[in-house]
Amino acid sequence: MWPHRGISLQAPILPEKEGEIHIIDFDDENNIINKNVLLHQAGEIWHISASPADRGVLATCYNRTSDSKVLTCAAVWRMPKELESGSHESPDDSSSTAQTLELLCHLDNTAHSNMACVVWEPMGDGKKIISLADNHILLWDLQESSSQAVLASSASLGGKGQLKFTSGRWSPHHNCTQVATANDTTLRGWDTRSMSQIYCIENAHGQLVRDLDFNPNKQYYLASCGDDCKVKFWDTRNVTEPVKTLEEHSHWVWNVRYNHSHDQLVLTGSSDSRVILSNMVSISSEPFGHLVDDDDISDQEDHRSEEKSKEPLQDNVIATYEEHEDSVYAVDWSSADPWLFASLSYDGRLVINRVPRALKYHILL
Amino acid sequence: MAPGSASSPSPSFPASRPWAAVGAMAAAAAAGPSPGSRPGDSPEGPEGEAPERRRKAHGMLKLYYGLSEGEAAGRPAGPDPLDPTDLNGAHFDPEVYLDKLRRECPLAQLMDSETDMVRQIRALDSDMQTLVYENYNKFISATDTIRKMKNDFRKMEDEMDRLATNMAVITDFSARISATLQDRHERITKLAGVHALLRKLQFLFELPSRLTKCVELGAYGQAVRYQGRAQAVLQQYQHLPSFRAIQDDCQVITARLAQQLRQRFREGGSGAPEQAECVELLLALGEPAEELCEEFLAHARGRLEEELRSLEAELGPSPPAPDVLEFTDHGGSGFVGGLCQVAAAYQELFAAQGPAGAERLAAFARELGSRYFALVERRLAQEQGGGDNSLLVRALDRFHRRLRAPGALLAAAGLAEAATEIVERVARERLGHHLQGLRAAFLGCLTDVRQALAAPRVAGKEGPGLAELLANVASSILSHIKASLAAVHLFTAKEVSFSNKPYFRGEFCSQGVREGLIVGFIRSMCQTAQSFCDSPGEKGGATPPALLLLLSRLCLDYETATISYILTLTDEQFLVQDQFPVTPVSTLCAEARETARRLLTHYVKVQGLVISQMLRKSVETRDWLSTLEPRNVRAVMKRVVEDTTAIDVQVGLLYEEGVRKAQSSDSSKRTFSVYSSSRQQGRYAPSYTPSAPMDTNLLSNIQKLFSERIDVFSPVEFNKVSVLTGIIKISLKTLLECVRLRTFGRFGLQQVQVDCHFLQLYLWRFVADEELVHLLLDEVVASAALRCPDPVPMEPSVVEVICERG
Repeated sequence: MWPHRGISLQAPILPEKEGEIHIIDFDDENNIINKNVLLHQAGEIWHISASPADRGVLATCYNRTSDSKVLTCAAVWRMPKELESGSHESPDDSSSTAQTLELLCHLDNTAHSNMACVVWEPMGDGKKIISLADNHILLWDLQESSSQAVLASSASLGGKGQLKFTSGRWSPHHNCTQVATANDTTLRGWDTRSMSQIYCIENAHGQLVRDLDFNPNKQYYLASCGDDCKVKFWDTRNVTEPVKTLEEHSHWVWNVRYNHSHDQLVLTGSSDSRVILSNMVSISSEPFGHLVDDDDISDQEDHRSEEKSKEPLQDNVIATYEEHEDSVYAVDWSSADPWLFASLSYDGRLVINRVPRALKYHILL
Repeated sequence: MAPGSASSPSPSFPASRPWAAVGAMAAAAAAGPSPGSRPGDSPEGPEGEAPERRRKAHGMLKLYYGLSEGEAAGRPAGPDPLDPTDLNGAHFDPEVYLDKLRRECPLAQLMDSETDMVRQIRALDSDMQTLVYENYNKFISATDTIRKMKNDFRKMEDEMDRLATNMAVITDFSARISATLQDRHERITKLAGVHALLRKLQFLFELPSRLTKCVELGAYGQAVRYQGRAQAVLQQYQHLPSFRAIQDDCQVITARLAQQLRQRFREGGSGAPEQAECVELLLALGEPAEELCEEFLAHARGRLEEELRSLEAELGPSPPAPDVLEFTDHGGSGFVGGLCQVAAAYQELFAAQGPAGAERLAAFARELGSRYFALVERRLAQEQGGGDNSLLVRALDRFHRRLRAPGALLAAAGLAEAATEIVERVARERLGHHLQGLRAAFLGCLTDVRQALAAPRVAGKEGPGLAELLANVASSILSHIKASLAAVHLFTAKEVSFSNKPYFRGEFCSQGVREGLIVGFIRSMCQTAQSFCDSPGEKGGATPPALLLLLSRLCLDYETATISYILTLTDEQFLVQDQFPVTPVSTLCAEARETARRLLTHYVKVQGLVISQMLRKSVETRDWLSTLEPRNVRAVMKRVVEDTTAIDVQVGLLYEEGVRKAQSSDSSKRTFSVYSSSRQQGRYAPSYTPSAPMDTNLLSNIQKLFSERIDVFSPVEFNKVSVLTGIIKISLKTLLECVRLRTFGRFGLQQVQVDCHFLQLYLWRFVADEELVHLLLDEVVASAALRCPDPVPMEPSVVEVICERG
């Protein structure tokens, strides 16, 4: 989402009255990490997502404590210009001075209480936002220069009990008309045009569903994770059975993320303080490995021999990262470098890792 | 002398003695005059002879007759018989002897030997005289006897001559009589021949009337015999008109006879033996065998089909079928018996037909047999659902036994093989049926257990305990298995005719019973049990946790003892003796153990989830910011402790205590109160400021560096402590995660403090390593403090007081 370089991460659940956003720049070539701190004065941040169109704009969900009540609100913010440009002449200075975010607009939640999650339309011009508030799914239109958010349409979950959305993702396929949400143990798909439910996976997980992600290359594929320690892969055309189930974690899985370009790489973070990178070749868009183009006539024979030696890949766990000492609450891939990913744990430790070199070459060659 | 010796009635030893002396003397005399007598002779004379001497005389006799002395007398080392200097030897040479004496002996010794010899010679002379005197009478009487015999023989010779002349005269007379009677004898012989011929002719002339009479009387056999006897003759002499007439008559009658026989044959009502007789007669009459054979089979077919129809009628859907034993009996006696008779008769009658005839019969038997088998199979299929194995086995036994006779008779028709095949198929189906039965029994047991688990709390009294239920289930399954084994065992009983077939000796035992039935059942049992782990209703509503626990224990028991017991039992009952690979006990045990482990792990998860849900609801639904100052422990925590205790009791019913980590000296109750005071307070309260959050993080990080990572959902071991540890770990970790998602006010934090201390007080005794509870609760309070904008912890003493009160 900061396409020039480095990676961006959602802010951790930092227990502060006033949130901070840490912009971490990772210079791949020199292996240098730069940190910029942005103050988020409205309250502690629970969820953050960046606009796909404007790299200086981001949306957050934050807790506002007032009169011994906690209310979760959502707002759209703009970062200071100098950070946006990405030029860091003096990294030492920038890390010491905290700058402030500029508020663009609030997503009005007077009608609906706690905002759990804010999602941007992935491919659009940064004008559409979905937010999940308790049992409502709200679609906002941002006015010119994001100065105002107008509620375009909404839908709500009917049913008994206190239903609460926990998480949601906007599908990059189907011209961005689909959104998937999770509440309790159920996964639901929504059509944003009519705001009606498309599909529903009841009891997708034995316990609460924590997160979900769409396969960036296969339009019907969806990954979800939850408190039953499992990661499940779904084909939304057939929701009775998961396509695949992983059971590698020993506690709740908080995050699941597909690699943006190589969708066999799946990253999961769990409160057993582990990050697991799995290779789900069999259900990826490249089940037989990278296809070799025919126009390399000169190297054809070499390729042939290589192809013969290549065995069909098996689904497996590539690596388990145990650097964290406490529960891992967020993992994500770099938007610039597909081989880079970061994870963040409760104790505030951010770990940046690379996909193992051998596997990288295996996928590329 | 020889006749005398032969005629002497008893040649006793004393009588023979003189001979020896005489022999010896003769030998000595033959050697020529010798100057000295024998040195070995004793001077006492013959009256006082010693046994030695007697033996010596004996030896000399032997010597004379060419026997070796050593072998008869056993004298150890006699003098060399060839020595020429031996006075008593056969090869005695007086010259050599004398030379030797002269050369070797001095004069005095020579003189001595001379006198000695003279004395010996004298003694011998007197001996001889005595002998002659003694035997004189005997010599004389012998001479008289011989003379008398000579006279008698001469008289006898005359009489023999007379006899010879008489015989010659008799021969002469006899020859003359024969010559006279020769002529008459020939005439008598001729007359006898004519007589026989005339009788034959008479038989021929009477033949037509006899035949007619026989046919009228129905004595067909007799008629055919007559016809057979006359046939050849008539054939030979048919050029004579009179014979021709007889032959024609006969043929007419025979044709009529054949007609009647055929008639009888076609009517067919008279049963197989009579039919066979008819056919035999017809064959004797020279009817074409081919045609008869066809007809015979056609008749047989009619009869057998009748049998089959009646069998089918028994089988029919509307009337209640008779029991299977009766059915096979009926089939065996009716159809198979009939088939046997037909086959036997056919083979007897048409043996001359050769392989083509045999082939025809085989085809016939095959066709009808297959229809019979189809009926039997239909009947047996009706029996599949039934439970009575012994009846079925007996029926099969009869079926099989019955078919052995035609099987032996008609090897080509393959009836016995087909029968064996059917029996095998039925046996296989029975095995399948029993396997189903066992599975159903297992499921039934499970249903019972579920009911027992769901029911009892009504009247307040405890229902049957888990241990009791477990024992019930185990014994009921075991008895079912044993019953099945016993039922299946009937198939291999010695007295059952098919039990020695290779299938029943080998494959049935190993693949069928051991692998298919027993191993299959144990596997399916494991699978059924495992399916409880995979059931979609993971929320725990589907299966009562107690059932999981019970099944887990059951599988574990199977692993430790029952499997090997059952398999040993099976192997003993069914002497498995073929080379098919069988599943080893260890594999099954491993499977059972794996199942037990999964069930127990699932149990832990389910129970952990129940408690987790309770804790989670309690954390999520409460407004922690505006809570009041804690006065007592929240009810939820008491509930958690209660539930944990209940689980502890439940698990304790089935599993052993297990090993606890050795408690360190400071892990007494007192230290727990210390935990919530000094350490905690020192850790977060004073140092915490919003501007320096990293310090607390650093502290907790450093502490974590020294504590081991806790695997929350780790596999459990088969003991109570491990199970409880698992459940508590899951629960507390949930509490921790939930606390981290909330924001606490000051009193909210204090409430958490109180709750955690309470849990600490009561949960440590359930787990293997109390440090674990310690750590997790520590973490909960620390997290709550971090999530609190105004963290003012409660005085530890107050916390203690509240906990002890509540």
